[in-house]
Amino acid sequence: MKWSEFFTSSVGKKLVMSITGLSLILFLIVHVTVNACMWAKIFVPGDNGEVFNKAAHWLGQTLVPRVLEIGLFLFFIIHIVQGYVLEVKNRSYRSTGYAVKMGAKGSKWYRKSMGLLGTLIFLFLVVHIADFWIPSRFGGLNEVQYPDMPGRTYHELYGKMIEVFQNKWVVILYIVGCISLAWHLIHGFQSAFRTLGVSNKKYLALLNSTGIGFSIIVSLLFAMMPVSAYLGWVTL
Amino acid sequence: MEHYSMNLTLKIWKQKNAATRGAFETYQVKDISSEMSFLEMFDVLNEQLIHEGKDPIAFDHDCREGICGTCSMYINGRPHGPWQGTTTCQLHMRAFKDGDTIVVEPWRANAFPVIKDLVVDRSAFDRIIQAGGFISVNTGVSVDGNTIPVEKEKADKAFAAAACIGCGACVAACKNSSAMLFVSAKVAHLALLPQGNVERKGRVEGMVSQMDKEGFGACTFTEACEAVCPKEISVTNISRLNAEYAMAGLTTDKQHGS
Ligand code: SF4
Ligand code: FES
Repeated sequence: MKWSEFFTSSVGKKLVMSITGLSLILFLIVHVTVNACMWAKIFVPGDNGEVFNKAAHWLGQTLVPRVLEIGLFLFFIIHIVQGYVLEVKNRSYRSTGYAVKMGAKGSKWYRKSMGLLGTLIFLFLVVHIADFWIPSRFGGLNEVQYPDMPGRTYHELYGKMIEVFQNKWVVILYIVGCISLAWHLIHGFQSAFRTLGVSNKKYLALLNSTGIGFSIIVSLLFAMMPVSAYLGWVTL
Repeated sequence: MEHYSMNLTLKIWKQKNAATRGAFETYQVKDISSEMSFLEMFDVLNEQLIHEGKDPIAFDHDCREGICGTCSMYINGRPHGPWQGTTTCQLHMRAFKDGDTIVVEPWRANAFPVIKDLVVDRSAFDRIIQAGGFISVNTGVSVDGNTIPVEKEKADKAFAAAACIGCGACVAACKNSSAMLFVSAKVAHLALLPQGNVERKGRVEGMVSQMDKEGFGACTFTEACEAVCPKEISVTNISRLNAEYAMAGLTTDKQHGS
């Protein structure tokens, strides 16, 4: 089998979804870790955004994350495009539907709704990139300096975050995005490993519970950011 | 269980042939015994239709004992009806009550075109098997099976996978019309046994490529197939197929099609 056949067959396409999906999961870990720096004041009394801004600065200005960022965008695009291609193709294989649908008798709703959940996440992503990534890359953020790093300026991303999350609708959209992410991951996490060929029931059980735990914790941490800012748990 | 009789309303898909559009027709049957099988109830209905000079309903059936996989009916929104791990022919009328309305549709998938009424063409499955679902043996004296040692656990898994009767309910149930459970059952069955080991790479390549050509969808692990499979084939076989496929794709050095 040629490489082209390998990656374009029905199984190959799923392999692509699985590999890109797992890479995006790794990215989520980095992202959520940086986000968590917003609560640095718990450990660093008097911190109001310094740790957060420095962490974001490191990600934005260091070579390795910058190179990985290109790969990240590429993987996002492949995952999204391939996801839609699969969804549309898979649907096209049944032109006449059933009069009585299986509904919940066959499989859990979120297992069948990856396209819908993915779309919600995608919509959220567009708003999210416009809110934060574009301003931090192409200007539009205030600059701050910290006494321990004389001569260096940092983007005031923290301030921007607090500002963006004062809007109720933005907060709601972000929460919807996080809930969609949780369900998408609950299916995607373990499904990705099965596509890679894990058939051992012991490991499948482990992956399933790890996946559920991971999805809930990560999505909750993400959702805590807009919620904390909106409710004033973190302030400028 | 107490015996009882019932009167039923049946909404059944009638379609003259592949080229014409079908529609539901409603029929009434009376005094159906709870001890009849679902197909016997259809026999009663067809006799009634023949008496009335009407066209009987075409449906597939052969062994009527749950082993051949021909009986294919999508009953009240579920392939093979409401019972777990049961073919349509093994479904009995005690699954229903007096006065019930039962809707019966053919398998729906473009790869399984309707031939007539509830009969669909499942020769796509035969072509997938022909593309690798076998072991090549030169004719001659057959080898004594016991001379090849097989680990018990593997033998059990291979046997469980070999129980697939090729009925196509997995395709019928899947939102992606994917045939992965069927294909994976055959691939896993042979990959687990020493006899199947020799041709395992070519087998999975050939069968997946034929499956794609026939127009079945890609698996997204919704697990609907496992839920309706009359032989309760496990979706872990699909994981095994994925592993076999990745191994074959990464290690064979063929430059052209399989
Ligand atoms: S895997 Fe199950 S549902 Fe699919 S063809 Fe085989 S017996 Fe039928
Ligand atoms: S008629 Fe053979 S399995 Fe039902």
